Amino acid sequence: MENKFLGYRRENGRVGIRSHVIILPLDDLSNAACEKVANNIKGTMAIPHAYGRLQFGDDLDLHFRTLIGTGCNPNVAAVIVIGIEPLWTDRIVQGIVKTGKPVAGFSIEKNGELKTVCDASRKAMEFMQHASECQRTECDINELWVSTKCGESDTTSGIATNPTVGNAYDKLYEAGNTLLFGETTELTGGEHLVAERCINDDVRKDFQFYFDRYDKVIKDHKSNDLMDSQPTKGNIEGGLTTIEEKALGNIEKIGHKAPIIGCLEKAVAPTGPGLWFQDSSSAAAEMVTLCAASGFVVHFFPTGQGNIIGNPILPVIKLCSNPRTLRTMEEHFDLDVSGLLRREINMDQAGDKLLDMMVRTANGRMTATEVLGHREFIMTKLYESA
Amino acid sequence: MAIDFLVHEAADGVGVVVVEGLKANQEITGWVMKEDETVKVKIVSDIPIGHKLALKDFAEGDTVMKYNTDIGRVVAPIKKGEHLHVHNVKTKRW
Repeated sequence: MENKFLGYRRENGRVGIRSHVIILPLDDLSNAACEKVANNIKGTMAIPHAYGRLQFGDDLDLHFRTLIGTGCNPNVAAVIVIGIEPLWTDRIVQGIVKTGKPVAGFSIEKNGELKTVCDASRKAMEFMQHASECQRTECDINELWVSTKCGESDTTSGIATNPTVGNAYDKLYEAGNTLLFGETTELTGGEHLVAERCINDDVRKDFQFYFDRYDKVIKDHKSNDLMDSQPTKGNIEGGLTTIEEKALGNIEKIGHKAPIIGCLEKAVAPTGPGLWFQDSSSAAAEMVTLCAASGFVVHFFPTGQGNIIGNPILPVIKLCSNPRTLRTMEEHFDLDVSGLLRREINMDQAGDKLLDMMVRTANGRMTATEVLGHREFIMTKLYESA
Repeated sequence: MAIDFLVHEAADGVGVVVVEGLKANQEITGWVMKEDETVKVKIVSDIPIGHKLALKDFAEGDTVMKYNTDIGRVVAPIKKGEHLHVHNVKTKRW
């Protein structure tokens, strides 16, 4: 693996691989203003979403952490925040301003949408021209924060594609990178294997707390054995039979070498290098949105039946080994590791191919999801609004 | 030799088909990855790519092992070489 790449070093020292100027709504009703600004100022990107009104407690805290974390991500050069009223809008701005990057907030009440769009567009223009002059500089590979989540898995995921990520994670762990995995319910049946990987009893206890908490949500709300939901219809079509089988394939992504050094609440950033577990949904867009909000800058996404999800700010590298999926959905993949199933390549070679694609992506190669315009930004919601 | 199915390890009771178009009564070739051994099995059902075949006979109530770990319980008898999936195996967890 190359040990250097060209990235964007941000004001707080973190390194990004993209330089987006984002127009971030505080709430659902500010989406339209954000989209108008992004239409006015070329190169900027609105990130519309469905929430932000009458949330409270832990769910509100998660809403703020997700939006602030997204703005703080080093793949973002500058941020415009638009909300219906100024106080919560400013709470987002103050969360992002700590990074030192350019950020400004605008609110619609007492201004109207058109004046807000006009004022925000002028500032967005200034930010976009600033971002366009940011230069890539040489950075160490181990400055990359790398996350993973699989989707529309099938048996080829567990046998070849997820172990490819595991092989790459083993190498990145040894290089000193910061690594993340999650998907709490999708560990069911293999949770004892994850617990064994925790570095000490304190971390193991934290893991068990998050696992049991999510398991209770399933048991409190389930109306059957979750067939067609977890595993999904696509998983079953691809040959996965039970959650246990799906989980054992899923866990292959964390390889064999790195101990789990800590467990994180949703949308909380890790505090040092090594492999971290984050409590999270197994729904692809929700989980990848949490990875981005936790500061991760590049993502490994193995798929079997062909989950096409992307993220607005976090480049998602798609890999697959199922020959039928690769043949029928070719444009969605960055890396074909089907040679593993034919014994043409070994796992070490597959892991190296993924790391090579990671470096190319970090240097600027656009992923399939970026080129195809996949910008699924889906915030996790814990319960009903008030 | 062309591989039709993969087995994670010899202790597993199932293999995963990795080619398209396998039909009942074919003898197919598998690779046991951990032990690096080759095995042959005559299948008794059509099995789509990605789906599993039983490598031994199972009775109702048996546990199916894959990755040398419990992946569920048998709810209808399964013969060696038969398609093993949601119609004859269920989760023990939910």
